[in-house]
Amino acid sequence: MTSQEQVLQRLFVHLGRLVRDKAAIHPDVDLVQELGLDSIEVMNMLMEIEDEFDISVPLNVLAEVRTPAQLAQAIFGLLEAGE
Amino acid sequence: MTLFDKFSKLAQDRASLIQDKQKSPFGTRIDQIYSPTEGRVGERRVVLAGTNNYLGLTFDPDCIAAARHALEEEGTGTTGSRMANGTYGSHWALEAELAEFFGRRSAMVFSTGYLANLGTIGTLAGPEDIVLLDADCHASIYDACRMGGSQGIRFRHNDAADMEKRLRRLGDRARDTLIVVEGIYSMLGDQAPLADIADVKRRLGGFLMVDEAHSVGVLGEHGRGLAEAAGVEADVDMIVGTFSKSLGAIGGFAVSQHPELDLLRYASRPYIFTASSSPSSIASVRAALKVMQARPELRQRLWDNAGRLYSGLAALGYSLGPQLGPVVAVTLGSPQEGVAFWNALIENGVYVNLVLPPASPGGQALVRVSVSAAHSFEQIDRIIEAFDRLRPLVAGGEQAPAQLVEGEASAG
Repeated sequence: MTSQEQVLQRLFVHLGRLVRDKAAIHPDVDLVQELGLDSIEVMNMLMEIEDEFDISVPLNVLAEVRTPAQLAQAIFGLLEAGE
Repeated sequence: MTLFDKFSKLAQDRASLIQDKQKSPFGTRIDQIYSPTEGRVGERRVVLAGTNNYLGLTFDPDCIAAARHALEEEGTGTTGSRMANGTYGSHWALEAELAEFFGRRSAMVFSTGYLANLGTIGTLAGPEDIVLLDADCHASIYDACRMGGSQGIRFRHNDAADMEKRLRRLGDRARDTLIVVEGIYSMLGDQAPLADIADVKRRLGGFLMVDEAHSVGVLGEHGRGLAEAAGVEADVDMIVGTFSKSLGAIGGFAVSQHPELDLLRYASRPYIFTASSSPSSIASVRAALKVMQARPELRQRLWDNAGRLYSGLAALGYSLGPQLGPVVAVTLGSPQEGVAFWNALIENGVYVNLVLPPASPGGQALVRVSVSAAHSFEQIDRIIEAFDRLRPLVAGGEQAPAQLVEGEASAG
């Protein structure tokens, strides 16, 4: 079974493709305010993650999510629920 | 952070984007309107090529006469909700006419197209429900998911195989999923692969809604939109649309064969908690619906104009949207280059819409040229000539290579 840490590492890989300043990426960075992602980039990343882990991640999880750690936790929760 | 601090980034972005002497492409003041296709912006007389006025009916004599008559007979506004005092005989009559036109059991009329999406999707799909939507769907569809608290899941734009994969992933829940796509996507002007999408729905289940805002009056032998053109009307559970494009006024609608549409009236907050459309708007839409049916040559003329513009811009080497249609999207470059290009078009007598990322795909600005049946060939040629003069402003300048992908031209 996938761990929450593994989910976070995959998020970092995706963020690494989107963000110029790779050093700025850490679990508690704000995806929009600090990394400068726009809403479409975040939603597109979510689509990649859905395919990678073969799960459905509804957009409304994003309402509560600001950081990679929070997103990893939300995705991990959905993975657990589906096990 | 105080209430207003969040707007400081917006102010900075705006300041860095628009130079002192430039006009702002956002909320442009059109000082005078001469016709569906000509107006004045400041001192400059311009060809209007960013209006969604696909059939040019805003100045149609029958529509104006109907609106004037309603204005005089029924007053300037209804001053109330559809639920209370805002349902006149004409609102009912328009609903009956829309239901008949689309061959559906019933219709609901909303005060705008935005509210039609909010009022249908946002009411049908609640927190337990899933909405599977094309990634490029209009903001009103995303907002409707938020309003209803439903579980929105995106599939890759115009990719029926990706949609199928995501629907399969939902297992048993697929059967109760609301699938939402658009007839013509407003930014790039491309059409949904609706026959393939309907096929997936037939096999896996779900309810299919098509937003035909940009395709009513534009696609299909009778102008009923993409569902008609693709021959899959029986697979579409609900069509939503607007009166503010081909029909030349303001308002929105939903039509369906499901009897529950009539019950939506009593549950849909965007239907209940806003005032209904003015009698004059309703009257002009009813007239426009008749004109649209009586004059199919308008649709042909629209496609002739679209073809002329699309091939003209492609020949100049501009990078265009993937499919021929009345929305011709031209990819430019950075947002700053986009603003400069848009201003230069105004100086050259052409008004279009500028679209910046993230609304435009690929991080690049685009201008969205929308064609009308009311454009003369001479006006279309003036638009092409303006783009020709401005080629040096675009990255690659004169050498800009053609990136035209052959689209399926279909007035069908």
